[in-house]
Amino acid sequence: MSSVGIAQGLPARRRFPAFRRLATLLGVVIVGTALLVAIFAPYLTPHDPFAQDLNLRLIPPVWMEGSQSTHVLGTDQIGRDYLSRLIYGTRISMLIGVLAVVTSGLIGITLGIVGGFYGGRTDDFVMFLITCRLSIPLILVALTVVALVGSSLAVVILTLGLLLWDRFAVVARTTTMQVRNLDYIAAAQAAGASRVHILVREVLPNIANHLVVVATLEMALAILLEAALSFLGLGVPPPLPSWGLMIAEAKEYMFFSPWVIMTPGVVLFVLVLGINLLGDGLRDLLGADLER
Amino acid sequence: MVLFILRRLWLAALVCLTVLVVSFSLTHLSGDLAASIAGPNATAADIAIITKNYGLDRPFVVQFLEWAGHAAEGDLGRSFLYHAPVSGLIRDRLPVTLTLGLTGLSIALLIGLPLGILAAVREGSAIDRGIMMVALLGQAMPGFWLGLVMIVLLGLELQWLPISGVETWQGYIMPGIVLAFSAIPALMRLTRSGMIDALAADYIRTARAKGLGRTKIVLKHALRNAAMPVVSIAAVQLGFMLGGSVVIESVFALPGVGYLAWESITKNDFPVVQAVVLFLAVIYIVLTLLADMMNALLDPRLRA
Repeated sequence: MSSVGIAQGLPARRRFPAFRRLATLLGVVIVGTALLVAIFAPYLTPHDPFAQDLNLRLIPPVWMEGSQSTHVLGTDQIGRDYLSRLIYGTRISMLIGVLAVVTSGLIGITLGIVGGFYGGRTDDFVMFLITCRLSIPLILVALTVVALVGSSLAVVILTLGLLLWDRFAVVARTTTMQVRNLDYIAAAQAAGASRVHILVREVLPNIANHLVVVATLEMALAILLEAALSFLGLGVPPPLPSWGLMIAEAKEYMFFSPWVIMTPGVVLFVLVLGINLLGDGLRDLLGADLER
Repeated sequence: MVLFILRRLWLAALVCLTVLVVSFSLTHLSGDLAASIAGPNATAADIAIITKNYGLDRPFVVQFLEWAGHAAEGDLGRSFLYHAPVSGLIRDRLPVTLTLGLTGLSIALLIGLPLGILAAVREGSAIDRGIMMVALLGQAMPGFWLGLVMIVLLGLELQWLPISGVETWQGYIMPGIVLAFSAIPALMRLTRSGMIDALAADYIRTARAKGLGRTKIVLKHALRNAAMPVVSIAAVQLGFMLGGSVVIESVFALPGVGYLAWESITKNDFPVVQAVVLFLAVIYIVLTLLADMMNALLDPRLRA
């Protein structure tokens, strides 16, 4: 008897083609590497990422003519080592990705669970908030906030965190609606569990698989947005080596040495791709293919 | 139906009101607006004059009501920088942004729809996997960077397209493609999943049993049913594209609303910033409203 009950609670074990497994593995490798690089940045950098040397300006990477073996990826317009800056840039991107997702997740999941569980007026209000948030032009508002409050890492994280909660709320709301009438919720209510207990200990764990997938999507989005904000000069302030800022600073040299915008862009692209691949893999693994 | 429309309009009005409050409060975030306008080199006397001239010494609510009242009449205030009405500035730049947005949407639909249909028809095949991979790559592409790479490659190396400005229609091609990139993955995925559902439906089996050709089944019977969510997402994406124009227009130096907004933000021209935020939000609200109405017309089940 009991084995039947357990089997019902588990998602059916699905088999995935080798292609999907390979893609997921690639995602894990990329994100794992980025995480390690971010943590151990000081031990990996060949040079100080902030040290300028005007005698060594715009040295091309090793596969091009005129390169120097000490600067594998070349140097920027004021002679800072590109590889070292890219490595420290990983820190900024990962930090912003993770912290912005934590902030927006807290807001969105709370709103979504409360709206989805209680329904009625409460839910109408949550839906209204989501609609308002979606109507507000994201990048424009983020740019304005950073311009007015002042650009710093913390401001960028907070701004993105306060703006990116909509998908968390939408998914938390729909999935909560699906579980709120299930037996274990009724059982918890009958046992006299408090409201907070039911929402946090009964509902949340049962919708967590969907939320993890949303978290990867939002992390990728936050990293892309930070790069765009920094590129427009209203994100992370110089001399911090944000990839978006590196592209902005190198922009005026791109006509003569196009590689200056290539490396930061490629790294950004690969990291975001890795996070998305990981998210797709998690979606398959956790059986959370509700939202696409 | 009437009740549905009224409820939807009421919601849209409430959202508009909230956006009005948000866009106004936004520019008061810095605490002292007069000091921000005056710039870093201003003296206390300068700031006092600005405070008085712009009525910034009045209570926040009074300032808001005055601004909102004027905004409701179409008067969005005057630009500090251009010394001209903001509504005129936006009107002058709107054609560029609209052309850009519609170009982007057209390209996205032209690429996203056929690929989504193809992936659905060949679900699980190598073609399907390839197309889904394209969606993933597009999703990870930083738009501003793609723009720069295209400028270097297509504009400078190959000299196929102009690298900035919109003196000729060719100027819209590169920014249009970059903008389309942001919408293609979502459009493609939605078309694909909608088509997969539609192709599995009973009426498709009936159509097959009738002996209809495959092309006709896919394009006429299945696509019509899969099109509905695509229409809504296309409207939403157009809204996002107009909002995202701030980045693309800066990259390609296009004189549109987005560029105006960016310029105003960097130069503390707050009436313009407020107005553009409000304007883009209202466009988005209207677009989603239209999409909802159209869907309700097409599908009576949604009129609940």
